[in-house]
Amino acid sequence: MHIYEGFLPWQWCVFWYALAIPVVVYGIIRIKKVTDEHPESKPILAVSGAFMFVLSSLKLPSVTGSCSHPTGNGLGAVLFGPAVVSALCVIVLLFQALLLGHGGLTTLGANTFSMGIIGPLAAWLIYKGWQKVEGSQEAGGFILVGIFFAAFFADLLTYVTTAIQLSLAFPIPTFESAMLKFMGIYAVTQLPLAIAEGILTVVIFDYIMKLRPDVLDKLGVLELVKKVGKIEEPKETV
Amino acid sequence: MDTKIAILLVIAAAIIIAPLVLYNGLTEEEGFFTGSDGQGPEYLEEQGYEPWIEPIWSPPSGEIEVLFFSLQAAIGSLIIGYFIGYYKGLARRREDEIDEEVSQAKGK
Repeated sequence: MHIYEGFLPWQWCVFWYALAIPVVVYGIIRIKKVTDEHPESKPILAVSGAFMFVLSSLKLPSVTGSCSHPTGNGLGAVLFGPAVVSALCVIVLLFQALLLGHGGLTTLGANTFSMGIIGPLAAWLIYKGWQKVEGSQEAGGFILVGIFFAAFFADLLTYVTTAIQLSLAFPIPTFESAMLKFMGIYAVTQLPLAIAEGILTVVIFDYIMKLRPDVLDKLGVLELVKKVGKIEEPKETV
Repeated sequence: MDTKIAILLVIAAAIIIAPLVLYNGLTEEEGFFTGSDGQGPEYLEEQGYEPWIEPIWSPPSGEIEVLFFSLQAAIGSLIIGYFIGYYKGLARRREDEIDEEVSQAKGK
């Protein structure tokens, strides 16, 4: 999903920056707010960022015969909302743009828009919808199905967004045919990897859920209090 | 580790291993296993597009690139492992405390 340095005309760079900056700023405010209100959620915030770091560094083979990397953006979106992921995403993308020559500074806005905004937004909406489904909060792994689809679509839609961004900038010869070409390169390759990412997100979410249900409850990810009353918190001394 | 997690991890591994088995013997030279991130720009260059700006720095060789990718994965894994371990420790200590309280109550 990384659009390389120089591979977007400057007008489009400005356009995507203009869309991404307000969301990233809002994300930074959200991080400040959530860590002030619930300092005990800081480790989980760190894990969400780290999850993106790991997953986006792994270039995996796909059944199409190409390689691509997952994004890791679904986990943070479900836990903290999409704007927080936008801010975390900038850190990941900067690391890759500066040290790996992967992505770029001029295309940072566009790449943040796909991986940090559209993907996480999709995950968040899907999960919020899932929470409303009757019985989705019951034990027995039903909630994990929602997590899977949230992460799956976050990953896939990140790449679909990249394909749309390139088709808008390079409608050769038409937008539709460019879209077909870029969707073939990005989105089709991504399908099996999005499934793998969905599974890995379920695994790590399951860990967090078992170890700190109290924090997830405060973040509004689980609605336990309504069901079982107050949850005991483990004592923390750092 | 519970069975559900183990099964999920096996499925994820199978999804990643399948292409390697499927296209065994084929390499980059036949156009296999190149990155989709690179294919986009490659296609655009075929269409005659030239990037208008170069990255300010990019890894001088594949080895250096691998170094930084590994570093990225290592930093991420370290943070995840550290906090999951920390949480496990907290949970363990809490169990011990409860056990102790129970045994003390019994002693009285």
